[in-house]
Amino acid sequence: MFNMFGRGNRRDHKSKEIAKERLKLVLVHDRANVSPHFLEMIKGDIVGVIKDYIEVDEKGLEITITKTKREYDDTMVPALVANIPIKRMKYREK
Amino acid sequence: MGEVLVITSGKGGVGKTTTAANIGTALSLLGKKVVIVDADIGLRNLDVVMGLENRIVYDIVDVTQGICRLKQALIKDKRYDGLYLLPAAQTKDKTAIQPKQMLALSKRLKEEFDYILIDCPAGIEQGFKNAIAGADKAIVVTAPEISAVRDADRIIGLLEANEIYNPKLIVNKVRIDMVKKGDMMDIDDMIDILAIELLGVIPDDQSIVISTNRGEPAVTDENSLAGRAFKNIAERILGNEVPFLDLDVDESFFRKFARKLGFK
Repeated sequence: MFNMFGRGNRRDHKSKEIAKERLKLVLVHDRANVSPHFLEMIKGDIVGVIKDYIEVDEKGLEITITKTKREYDDTMVPALVANIPIKRMKYREK
Repeated sequence: MGEVLVITSGKGGVGKTTTAANIGTALSLLGKKVVIVDADIGLRNLDVVMGLENRIVYDIVDVTQGICRLKQALIKDKRYDGLYLLPAAQTKDKTAIQPKQMLALSKRLKEEFDYILIDCPAGIEQGFKNAIAGADKAIVVTAPEISAVRDADRIIGLLEANEIYNPKLIVNKVRIDMVKKGDMMDIDDMIDILAIELLGVIPDDQSIVISTNRGEPAVTDENSLAGRAFKNIAERILGNEVPFLDLDVDESFFRKFARKLGFK
């Protein structure tokens, strides 16, 4: 339906918007000073916290800094995303 | 007691030297006693931009090494009252000066001048460390390009790490025609991303090339839009409120109209 009016929101395709998005993402990394070592440290600590409750696949654990759309206003914000594959739940409610 | 302002950018080629020469000249035209210090040792350029290249005898390294007195190395610009240049050395490298020496030099210059502008070299290594060593405040120059804004962000972080807070931003080389087409980041975008206060916007202007060819800063050219923008920056440094130049004189009406219709 929207195509009746051309290519939808064309402003998003302007090169300045592309520049802005790329710049914002690169600055998230620059500002956080995210070295692989830094992420490894976070990884180690997260595993340390949850291993009492959950047995996780440490080799399959991924942690990255990325961007995500904030729900209440749809703006892009940096996010720390951890993908933690679970092998087995240890914790049982008594 | 004067004030030391370092003009820095991280990235090369965004217009630090041009900015230093123009703001310095404008401040002198406003009655201040100003020295512009070329801290780019080994790549001296401020002298040619200011048109003073034929008058250099001693340089900043000679001063810090005690080869000459400070007065002997300072070049007085005879065209503009109260304007001086302290040139960089051309044959030495950045390790010829230490931050401690720059700090001491800045202190001495503060006794003599109202404003000490330091033209910082590109990069974040020793030359940068030297240039900011004695600075009270910083002016960050950038251009509407990803690379320049990224480096500006890094520089702002490094300035803070060195306890130079609240740097002010100059956006240089703005092409309003491209901004309007959506092919160049606009000022609001950059202010938003860098989160610092704006000191001025300089249009990409042929008059800068012409004035540099002649060795006469653009602020002395009444017809130069960039020159007017630099003059306004000098006023703001003195604490005067000056509205930002409308770089888009012809079509501002259309733009306002478009904005009302909801287009930015």
